[in-house]
Amino acid sequence: MENEFLIDSDALSPEALKRKHQLENDPSCRTDHMAYMEGQEQIKSDIREKVMSAVADYDPAQYTGADVLHALEKQTLSVEDLKALLSPAAEPFLERMAERARIETRKHFGNTVYLFTPLYIANYCENYCVYCGFNCYNHIRRMKLTAEQIEHEMQVIAESGMEEILILTGESRSKSDIKYIGEACKLARKYFRMVGIEIYPVNTEDYRYLHECGVDYVTVFQETYDTDKYETLHLAGHKRVWPYRFEAQERALMGGMRGVACSALLGLSDFRKDALASALHVYYLQRKYPHAEVSLSCPRLRPIINNGKINPHDVGERQLCQILCAYRIFLPFAGITVSSRESAAFRNGIVKIAATKISAGVSTGIGDHESKYTGKENSEEGDAQFEIADNRSLAQMYRDMKAEGLQPVLNDYLYV
Amino acid sequence: MNDDKLIIAGHEFHSRFILGSGKYSLSLIEAAVKYAGAEIITCAVRRANTKEQENILDYIPKGVTLLPNTSGARNADEAVRIARLARELGCGDFVKIEIMRDTKYLLPDNAETVKATEILAKEGFIVMPYMYPDLNTARDLVNAGAASVMPLASPIGSNKGLATKDFIQILIDEIDLPIIVDAGIGRPSQACEAMEMGAAAVMSNTALATAGDLPVMAGAFKQAIEAGRAAYLSGLGRVLVRGASPSDTLTGFLHD
Repeated sequence: MENEFLIDSDALSPEALKRKHQLENDPSCRTDHMAYMEGQEQIKSDIREKVMSAVADYDPAQYTGADVLHALEKQTLSVEDLKALLSPAAEPFLERMAERARIETRKHFGNTVYLFTPLYIANYCENYCVYCGFNCYNHIRRMKLTAEQIEHEMQVIAESGMEEILILTGESRSKSDIKYIGEACKLARKYFRMVGIEIYPVNTEDYRYLHECGVDYVTVFQETYDTDKYETLHLAGHKRVWPYRFEAQERALMGGMRGVACSALLGLSDFRKDALASALHVYYLQRKYPHAEVSLSCPRLRPIINNGKINPHDVGERQLCQILCAYRIFLPFAGITVSSRESAAFRNGIVKIAATKISAGVSTGIGDHESKYTGKENSEEGDAQFEIADNRSLAQMYRDMKAEGLQPVLNDYLYV
Repeated sequence: MNDDKLIIAGHEFHSRFILGSGKYSLSLIEAAVKYAGAEIITCAVRRANTKEQENILDYIPKGVTLLPNTSGARNADEAVRIARLARELGCGDFVKIEIMRDTKYLLPDNAETVKATEILAKEGFIVMPYMYPDLNTARDLVNAGAASVMPLASPIGSNKGLATKDFIQILIDEIDLPIIVDAGIGRPSQACEAMEMGAAAVMSNTALATAGDLPVMAGAFKQAIEAGRAAYLSGLGRVLVRGASPSDTLTGFLHD
């Protein structure tokens, strides 16, 4: 099902609507998405060239079942092998891929599964990304939590037993500046053992500051590695600059972060190429920074407020499973996170094959953990980024993972 | 055999099986103690840094020595800080140094390990460093105050056995501290072989954690380690490695 991303809100002023339509319909009025904006740090790196040349050469149709079987027989896979595993030719061998993936996962991670929860502290956004619920033209309830509200949310979450938190914001440098995020991270260190962030990309010095505030893990989704497609989806705002986003993980590591996560948002473009690029992004990052803990996520497009039709396009659960098996076999040491965008049944299955971390007790809204966890009503809540598919609480998830024969782990980390 | 003890910094142990910490689960600890007879159990300090109801520290049985490790440390400084935290958490004076700055193979950094060993030994820790089997490093570790030396057999978690066999043998032959073979031991026969070579003990985790029947595999390791140790003590090493004695002596022709 093709996606229809463009939705007009009645709440927009005529001027805003005019500007929106201009951005959507007239490419010449949009900025150069490959040019850095003022203040955006440029680093020297060959990772982009390595990833993108491999993706440019990739023709998924050229691989055969024999290529897939050959790849599965090898101990250490080459980039060519990864390409074969991501190709349509690998689809009939999904069960065999899953068997191999399971062996690699158990070898490197045993039967453990890590649990975490995201905390959105603000949903203001200056970008116009057509598929995202937070985009600046989408009419939603906007909110930015105060320090007191953040602390209250953290208390509610910590009481559930959660020890790892991922702090998220919409991408608004003016509404949610680095200092604001840093203060939230300092608060998080009081309540949680491990703090990660998923915020707008920043310069090395800002990552260093956030690391000093207690953060050690940075997640940035590239959305799509197809730069031409990226240009048509991210029409305005800082996020429009593709290369600055691509280099975010490297800047985070240069700023002292212990680990970084990458991903494409599957369903935006050719998912096989985006999956290849995601895996190679991680692969080359680890080669350049061997001490870095690297991980992959695998988000698929989800419906958003005011547009319930958004869907993951041609990336079904079988395709997603194939991608995750390919990731695991090619990168046995990498963490793989599967979010609540996926159903309980899918997550129960995939943790036994390839995934090492899943979220629980999830809300993608702002300030609604108390109402969600305890039922206590709260009129001050900000709208969610996307609809989730797995609503399980931490306690339920803990029980379910044990029932699957896995050892749930709430923390395996020290800030040093 | 009954008097045969593993002695580390004056502490005596009857078991020569040490449970590693890689693939941690609570049932693994129980099986390792009950069926493999483990008297030393390693635990990552970062793993014990938790509020959760199932803290691994609560599952270490009385009488078992806890060996906290510094996994997660990327250099000597971080290892030292983690070791001090272990002491604060009440984990005792034993510490296993693990320093890795490679997340792909998890190979130890020998140079940083020597540095951390020196600092921690001076602070009164009983330091058991995990290392890549290199004789010069092993000698440096002895001089730095290590209580044992723990060379890897093959990449951690690989279950590939004694890939570094010849180099471990050199350490056994040349180093006066207990040589404890750590990482890569995938099956009881490999543990047995390490013990036949003269290793003081064997540490394993993945081999048990990934076994079909945990208690049975734990028991198999116990038997294999005891068999290997008995073979070593019986003098097997001399016979097989250094050549059998012919029945007619080679020098029988000498008359004066």
